Amino acid sequence: MNKIFALASVVIKELYRRKDFYVLFVLTALLTVAAGAVNFFHDEKIVRYIKDICLLLIWVSALIIAIVTTARQIPAEREARTIFPLLAKPVSRGQVIAGKFLGCWLATGVALLVFYFFFALIVGSREQIWPVASYLQALWMQWFMLAIVIAMVLLGSIYFAAPSSTTTITFVAVIGLLLLGSHLKTIALQQPEPMQSVLTAAYFVMPHLEWYDLRDFVVYDLGVVPLRALALATVYASAWTGFFLGLTWLGFRRRSLNT
Amino acid sequence: MKISPLLLLAALLALAFTLATGLASRAENWSRRTKSDNIFSMMFGDGRKLFANQFFVMADVYFHSGYYPSIFDKKAEGEKEIISASHGNKESEEDEKKEDFLGQPKDWIDAFGRNFRVTQHTHLENGNEREVLPWLRLAAALDPQKIETYTVGAFFLREHLKRPDQAELFLREGISHNPDNCDLYMELGRVYFESYHALDRARNVWELGIKKYFALKPDEQKDNKIIYEGFLVRLGYLEDAAGNEARAIERFRAAQAISPNPQALQQQIDAVQKKLDAQLPVTPQKLF
Repeated sequence: MNKIFALASVVIKELYRRKDFYVLFVLTALLTVAAGAVNFFHDEKIVRYIKDICLLLIWVSALIIAIVTTARQIPAEREARTIFPLLAKPVSRGQVIAGKFLGCWLATGVALLVFYFFFALIVGSREQIWPVASYLQALWMQWFMLAIVIAMVLLGSIYFAAPSSTTTITFVAVIGLLLLGSHLKTIALQQPEPMQSVLTAAYFVMPHLEWYDLRDFVVYDLGVVPLRALALATVYASAWTGFFLGLTWLGFRRRSLNT
Repeated sequence: MKISPLLLLAALLALAFTLATGLASRAENWSRRTKSDNIFSMMFGDGRKLFANQFFVMADVYFHSGYYPSIFDKKAEGEKEIISASHGNKESEEDEKKEDFLGQPKDWIDAFGRNFRVTQHTHLENGNEREVLPWLRLAAALDPQKIETYTVGAFFLREHLKRPDQAELFLREGISHNPDNCDLYMELGRVYFESYHALDRARNVWELGIKKYFALKPDEQKDNKIIYEGFLVRLGYLEDAAGNEARAIERFRAAQAISPNPQALQQQIDAVQKKLDAQLPVTPQKLF
């Protein structure tokens, strides 16, 4: 376990040395503050549009950080040939995968904490209420959704030729899952056979990332999600993450590391 | 001949400067976009109207606190609820059922997924209606010809947020873009009558609205008959409030002639007539 944490700490250090996070955070902060500065009908209490915009930016930024950071981990090690001295140490390929995943996931978690702290500060200063439980649930769910995404990217980075293709394909896949996830069954029911069966099967087989989007609960002040549902969603995300990491390990273990 | 690069740069700069002085005045006429005082029309041109409807829909989404059908869900056809609410229509149980686009869960994934999405049909209340305003403001900026944006915005400002001053300003902005639209005069008259109780101003605005109605083409008049009736009925109430009962009856009778529901207006006429009859006759007094 220590080896996995050691590998993860390298990834975390990489995140705060690179400029991606800072640029995205400053951009999010600037756009949110600019949106908050707009005066609509001289009403200072209007706040939901700011929450909406800020949360959307947080989602986009977190996805970019998670996907871009993860996509370059293994290809960069292979390109720079640092993977050889790394594997020459008593570290298995499975531990490398686990370490890379944990590093990316924790790094994304730290970034999310900073984003949500900023969000709470901006909204709290305007609304004068602090629904901490709701924010924590939204953060938790987003973080677990990102665990699935990071595992997917790691899997892609084993098979796709370059980090850019992994990034693009994962972005398209994640956005597709988020937008269509809950509607695929409805679409399937409107199709003739065999398309109906194919889409229905896809609906049951794909990871339902849309469950992890609790923005509406935060924006419209709808309170908190039942804890049982939250726990089950966490288990579901863990299962999918484990599945993707398992596939990554299977692929990586027999892969030639020469570029 | 060898030319110094600095000299060449200076010559190019002088050429650019000279051309700019000559072309600047002409360039203003090349595009109407740059003349616009609206940043959206400058950026998007007429294409901005495509986004305006989306922002109007966003206002409706906010009005329902996120409970809103996607393009994949079946939704009952009809006018947006935010518009019918601004007409003062209350939702019946049947309407509620019609709006239940989610229905029963299709499977366990759908059932479980409903823990994480808005599943209750509610409308904003207790002053939270203000949250729809940014989207209406943006919709108005993107498409100044979309009348519902102004009427809905003014309704919420006047009725729920008690900001008739802002409602008036918003409607006047709408009138400046759409000077011949009757709906805007109707709503502006309501601001004066219902919020300010300024009877003369309300009367003037509604009478101007009637003039605008008669300036419409005959087929447009036919389509907007309900607005004309609305003007007459409201003027009837206004005259009644002003103590001009005879004039009020005259207005109600005119409305009755074109109304699809003349019976309801007859009750109104009877009530005003009763009031008129109850007034003591003025007895001539001896001056000397």
